[in-house]
Amino acid sequence: MADEETQVIVGLEVHCQLDTKSKLFCGCSTDYRVDGPNTHVCPICLGLPGAMPALNKRAIEYAMKVAKALNCEILNESEFSRKNYFYPDLDKAYQITQYDKPLAEGGYLEIESDEGGEKKVRLTRIHVEEDPGRLVHMGNVERGKYSLVDYNRAGIPLIEIVSEPDMRSPKEARKFLNKLRATLEYLSVFDSEKEGSLRVDANISIKGNERVEVKNITSYKGVEKALTFEMTRQKNLIRRGQKIARETRHYLEARGVTQSARSKEQEHDYRYFPEPDLRPLRVKSWLDGIDLPELPDARRERFMKEYGCSLSHARTLTGDLRLANFFESVVAPDKAGLSPLAATWIADTLIGELNYRDMSLDRFEPAAMTGLILLLKAETITDKSGVEVLRVMLDERLKNEPAETPDAIVKRLNLAKTAGDTGAITTAIEEAINENPKALADYRNGGSKALNFLVGQVMKKTRGKADPGELNRLLIEALKKREV
Amino acid sequence: MSGTIPFDPDDRYNAFLTTCKNPSHGNGKLAGVAVAVKDNISTKNIETTCASKILKGYVPPYDAHVIELLRAEGAAIAGKTNMDEFGMGSTTENSAFGPTLNPCDPSRVPGGSSGGSAAAVAAGMVQMALGSDTGGSIRCPASFCGIVGLKPSYGRVSRYGLIAYSNSLEQIGPLGKSVTDVSTLMSAIAGYDRHDTTSRDKPYTHTPDADIKGLKIGIPQEYFGAGVDPAVAAVVRKAIGRLEELGAVTVPCSIPSMEYALAAYYVTTTCEASSNLARFDGVRYGPAPDTNKSWHDAYTEVRAAGFGAEVRRRIMLGTFALSSGYYGKYYAKAQIARENVRADFNRIFSGADVIAGPTMPTVAFRLKEKSDPLSMYLADILTVPANLAGIPAISVPCGTAHGLPVGLQIMGRMFEDERVVDVAYAYEQAVN
Ligand SMILES: [Zn+2]
Repeated sequence: MADEETQVIVGLEVHCQLDTKSKLFCGCSTDYRVDGPNTHVCPICLGLPGAMPALNKRAIEYAMKVAKALNCEILNESEFSRKNYFYPDLDKAYQITQYDKPLAEGGYLEIESDEGGEKKVRLTRIHVEEDPGRLVHMGNVERGKYSLVDYNRAGIPLIEIVSEPDMRSPKEARKFLNKLRATLEYLSVFDSEKEGSLRVDANISIKGNERVEVKNITSYKGVEKALTFEMTRQKNLIRRGQKIARETRHYLEARGVTQSARSKEQEHDYRYFPEPDLRPLRVKSWLDGIDLPELPDARRERFMKEYGCSLSHARTLTGDLRLANFFESVVAPDKAGLSPLAATWIADTLIGELNYRDMSLDRFEPAAMTGLILLLKAETITDKSGVEVLRVMLDERLKNEPAETPDAIVKRLNLAKTAGDTGAITTAIEEAINENPKALADYRNGGSKALNFLVGQVMKKTRGKADPGELNRLLIEALKKREV
Repeated sequence: MSGTIPFDPDDRYNAFLTTCKNPSHGNGKLAGVAVAVKDNISTKNIETTCASKILKGYVPPYDAHVIELLRAEGAAIAGKTNMDEFGMGSTTENSAFGPTLNPCDPSRVPGGSSGGSAAAVAAGMVQMALGSDTGGSIRCPASFCGIVGLKPSYGRVSRYGLIAYSNSLEQIGPLGKSVTDVSTLMSAIAGYDRHDTTSRDKPYTHTPDADIKGLKIGIPQEYFGAGVDPAVAAVVRKAIGRLEELGAVTVPCSIPSMEYALAAYYVTTTCEASSNLARFDGVRYGPAPDTNKSWHDAYTEVRAAGFGAEVRRRIMLGTFALSSGYYGKYYAKAQIARENVRADFNRIFSGADVIAGPTMPTVAFRLKEKSDPLSMYLADILTVPANLAGIPAISVPCGTAHGLPVGLQIMGRMFEDERVVDVAYAYEQAVN
């Protein structure tokens, strides 16, 4: 438990792009990232004079799915409002959003608390709004010659999920975000792999002090970093007896710092009023038609029960939709037989190797992993060789080289365990002992370090293929022989 | 049947901002009919400026829904007509491109804001025209120019492509020399449009019927009270007498909520306008800003130079009324006042089929006569209630006062546009 005096209080506002086929108020495709600027536009999303918004029902269905999954209350009547402000990326000079009558209120999301165990983070509301366009600055924002505007993004449906200030550390904030991402992906309404699909504003304060809004956080890791920086900054000010100013700060991702926004941005008056071109939304009855899939919490419980996963492995594996699906595919040929090994190898080893390569799981097919697990289960290769096979497989895919099967790799690199082939091990042992008379002497004097050293030497000579148990047995036998 | 029609009018009244030489037409119920279109309705490949400098050079890449419908019925788009800038005015003097003159008396205004459309019809340059009516902008110029103009029920005609001034009040509607022409044009433009989700699936397929026997006409005292020129009131009373001769029955009534109607109207329109017109910043269309300035300064410069005085005034009023802390005091209150107007009309319509009175409290003003904004705002008092309630209203010529045309206004129940057309038609047939 953190010191009561410096208790950190965090609330988040998370903007997520809904993964609909078309934009919120027009028929333009949302699949804009691969095409040139201003290619997915029409009079409506360009805000041309006279164009009017027509609501994409699918976006509302998606948002309601989220609301239902997060235990929110759908309001009997909600409405769209205009948020008025001037900015070049905002083609109508107002954003169509929801203000005092959001789609949904209340609800909660369960996360793993810093103290361990589950904790509920309460939600304030969920509302639907349109994304503005995007500015591309030529050079520095302030001093650059000019900026270009790309309206491909304008009108992409967003949901804003606002939490209560229920998080107590930057780490919890990150956990909230990860859990939220997983939930949205389980619902098939969100694609976290798409660049810019998530943006976060955070409120952070130290108990009893003014709160600061941190804007512009665009990555999952960024949340923890930005909040950690801000927490330290605020604590330092308090320690020096200074007051925390209630203000808006921008997170500068590249530098990992927050910076006070200009005063002009601090005092916006958005002049909200109901959007007169759209009718009020009465959609509560749609809830009956919305079926939820299995969500992360339920899947985590099932993984523990069905596959015997530990809580920690189950949490990791189900904390990401792709990973959970991957695991289930890997063990499908033999659930009971493969699960224990697959859980560790995927949750511990594979994730690490992928992160190291900054590689997406999508590029690695479950069948290849099953092949590897089968080799490990049959004790054809050692754990050490297993890691080597995995690395080769990942590298081949990363470099778009022909993908070999795990068996082929084992064969090519001659990684098969020397089990049964005691000759090779025995030879290696004899060599190792002969080359290290000092180790032999130490061993005779009862040095267990010497034994470990000799194991290492033999391993080196057999290039890791020797089964550790067998090697130990044969080595001790050989040493005993020398005593005679 | 399809082809082109010759169109090269002598535009001595400055009714047009753009004329289309030899416009093409197709087949349909408007085949070969030249239709003039108010310059706030988007026309593909034809400059559309709302009579504002800020949109000079803007050529829409798309047609408003009503234009698509007109083309589908074979109409020829003859040109774009002059108006008060963005529809803000009742005289067409607030045009950045000079006033339109009234063909009945060129020293007078044609009314507004659809003054160019009304003048083009009155002068015989076109048979029909489209206007838009936010607080009387079709009926006022129809009245002043001695022609027929209909403001349809809110939702009856798609607004998609109409450059918004006040979305919750305005409707596109027809102007013509006869009720039949207005009815024909209405039948071409009415109906649901998926691009305008405030539009209703209520097509108009009516043929005017002059039989009004037994019709109950409410006569609100406010429409003949203070501020209404007695000469105008007398002409309108006489016209209502003709309707009684045709078998209609009159019942006196009152609309007490009218006291707040103008205030509610101007709060609503200025608030919505301040937001609608914010997009005109020189970034995407209209005169480009000086790129050496920061965008914020460039916006200020473009907007200060591009908007006329009346538009700037209304943007400032609306911006103020929507500011933090004032929303409840102004916009929200105005919506309550609108509810009261609606309730008054509902009450009256439980005992009357239509309501009749003058369209305008006076005949056409002299040019520059309405120099202070407030007296111009007051001229809208008899037309604004129909917009606040969303109900249909038509203006039909009913004689002259001071030698100038007077309009008889007939208002009807929501979506009973057919009935107000019938009453106007009955009157027109009786006097012709
Ligand atoms: Zn679009």
